[in-house]
Amino acid sequence: MKIRSLALAVSMATIGLTSAVTSTAAFAQAKEQFFPVLVYRTGAYAANGNPWANGYVDYLKLVNAQGGINGVKLSFEECEFGYATDRGVECYERLKGKGATVFQPLSTGVTFALTDKAPVDKIPLITAGYGRSESQDGSVFMWNFPLLGTYWVAADVAIQHIGKQAGGLDKLKGKKIALVYHDSPFGKEPIPMLQERAKMHGFELMLLPVAHPGVEQKATWLQIRQNRPDNVLLWGWGVMNSTALKEAQATGYPREKMLGVWWAGAEPDVKDVAAGAKGYNALALQHSAEPKSKVVADVLAQVHGKGQGTGPKEEVGQVLYMRGLISAMLAVEGVRKAQERYGKGKVMTGEQVRWGLENMNLDQKTLDAMGFAGVMRPVQTSCLDHMGASWVRIQTWDGSKWVPGNDWYQADEKLLRGMVLNASRKYAEEKKITPRTPEQCKQ
Amino acid sequence: MIYRENGQFKTSYGADQQIFPIAQDRWAVLAIIAFAFIGVPLLADEYMFRAILIPFLILSLAALGVNLLVGYCGQITLGAGAFMAIGAYAAYNFLIRIDGMPLLGALILGGLTSAAMGILFGIPSLRVRGLYLAVATLAAQFFWDWAFLRIKWFTNDSSSGSVSVSNLDFFGWTIDAPAEKYLFCLGMLVVFGLLAKNMTRASIGRQWMAIRDMDVAAEVIGIRPMWAKLSAFAVSSFFVGVAGAMWGFVHLGSWEPAAFSVDRSFQLLFMVIIGGLGSIVGSFFGAAFIVILPIFLNQMLPALGGLFGVSISTAAVSHAELIIFGVLIVFFLIVEPHGLARLWATSKEKLRLWPFPH
Repeated sequence: MKIRSLALAVSMATIGLTSAVTSTAAFAQAKEQFFPVLVYRTGAYAANGNPWANGYVDYLKLVNAQGGINGVKLSFEECEFGYATDRGVECYERLKGKGATVFQPLSTGVTFALTDKAPVDKIPLITAGYGRSESQDGSVFMWNFPLLGTYWVAADVAIQHIGKQAGGLDKLKGKKIALVYHDSPFGKEPIPMLQERAKMHGFELMLLPVAHPGVEQKATWLQIRQNRPDNVLLWGWGVMNSTALKEAQATGYPREKMLGVWWAGAEPDVKDVAAGAKGYNALALQHSAEPKSKVVADVLAQVHGKGQGTGPKEEVGQVLYMRGLISAMLAVEGVRKAQERYGKGKVMTGEQVRWGLENMNLDQKTLDAMGFAGVMRPVQTSCLDHMGASWVRIQTWDGSKWVPGNDWYQADEKLLRGMVLNASRKYAEEKKITPRTPEQCKQ
Repeated sequence: MIYRENGQFKTSYGADQQIFPIAQDRWAVLAIIAFAFIGVPLLADEYMFRAILIPFLILSLAALGVNLLVGYCGQITLGAGAFMAIGAYAAYNFLIRIDGMPLLGALILGGLTSAAMGILFGIPSLRVRGLYLAVATLAAQFFWDWAFLRIKWFTNDSSSGSVSVSNLDFFGWTIDAPAEKYLFCLGMLVVFGLLAKNMTRASIGRQWMAIRDMDVAAEVIGIRPMWAKLSAFAVSSFFVGVAGAMWGFVHLGSWEPAAFSVDRSFQLLFMVIIGGLGSIVGSFFGAAFIVILPIFLNQMLPALGGLFGVSISTAAVSHAELIIFGVLIVFFLIVEPHGLARLWATSKEKLRLWPFPH
């Protein structure tokens, strides 16, 4: 028995080594643009990871159904990492070997780990709505693209919105605002911006961390019950959000006074609480649930209609599905822009895609033509601004669906710029990076 | 037939007491080390280095440290992750706060800080044993998790709580290519492995084993339990701390406290239990099992499905990976409760008799 099991172990190890070696060598095909998809369909964050991944993959399929990018077909492969940073890095290394030219990790922890690797491997990193806030400064963070918004934008807009509801930012003086956050780089990102705003307007900021994965929040909400903050900002992800809403219900904290970040404002977060979450607000990264948009109709007709859809049909057009879809669209548009310069109908390299992302200019007409009318506003990136847009809406859960508000907010450009430059200069100094000059930017 | 020591006569004490008394063993180990230093860098690609070999080497070092404490001294610990974290954060702080601190100096100082903390958190072992001690060491895990998340000084006031290290410089040798990182880790592991092996053969290791086997009897024959237990905690924490610093510096590059969570502690404990308690080679087997097997399963299952024309969804692969991994752990523990190292020893024993078993 022992020898047999040993033989088994040895043979398995051999197969393992050979498969690991060959699998990385076997993928060297040329005529397809390869899109790696880092996903988490299992684990504590699967409920939120799934729709994002479905939207991402469905959009790539849609582009293929419409003939690819100027004739270049897209290929893709998923890699499951369960929101664990070390497995995410393993996935990165695995898919990098297969010719990846752009990565979207959907995890702030993985983004931090990859930020140092991207310049070496020459692969751009899109972090649409998450990641390092200071990476907006493209002169230092040449390979990071926090497109559409960062957590500093989110924090800034959240305070603007609360101020507006209170009747002006000056009315915030003496108020108490609590931040209930996921205790990870993701949750800690908004703190500097909130502290800055607290200093400006004289409100008190309560910091209430929640440990991963966020199912234990009794102590946090006890503190909220004792201190009765005027507003609660919810910076959660996955199961933490629905738990927070249930606790708010149990504590009797008014949901109308709660404002979630855009990762705490999707269907999986509220559907377990349904009516209990009525009145809860969340930031919307431009889009909310968009089941009526043209791009969703296209996906339903050309992908799901042919039986090639990813995931359940009913979820097409939900908030996180749309986020995944838009993320994929941004990557595809980066490649398209790069093709304009480096040759249409060719497969782009990581460096070329980086140029495409840095010079992306999606105006409203283009977006409308692609079916994003009413979903998105224009995005224009540059060397100094890798974010491209900072438009945010507020959406409200009415007990059965998300309803987007009519007001569009934008981050305070002066405040944001100052903080971004401070932080990015500090990073550049630490890492001994010389920021690119405007001349170098033009290349 | 080949693996037999007939005709190898030991004519001195030195020959009798060397680490590998059988010539074939000696040559095989030297050949493996030579292959690891020369052959692997020529053969392996970047993915092999970064995703498999480097994590394997560093976690082997950590498992080695845990094995010294759990396997040789019999003190169960669930705080290994915390000591990795102490090593990593201490080394980070030494590196950035002291100008001109060399990489090796930071790693060693990180290890020493971890050793000091190991002694501190080892003090309960003088009073409590077994499961109770495990719970006491768990306290170290939670305390340090908390400390690195909350005390901003440790992370150099980084707003996100994530710290990063770059430009590793080892006496003028800049370690940045994957093969260089691999060689650096391998070099460290060889040095520390030799150190550990010799320690377990020397007086200090014999004291640990005496304490493990029966502490009252050990005390009667003149072994000081306090010295033996605390030295085991110190040495083990030193190993684990250096491994933690290397995990942060060499493997991750930038990390957050979650990299050294309680999961890591359990992982390390499983490595030594599955690999073999009280065995140096067992630490390597255990680390290989825990690090490589999940990644291997994750890649093999879709390929296997493809062979039969079935496409398995990403989620299903991930679930299957966990199921098979769990089943294999149970399987190996039933087949050989003393770990993979014992399996290895048994097969060597059989090989010596082959082809004429009794």
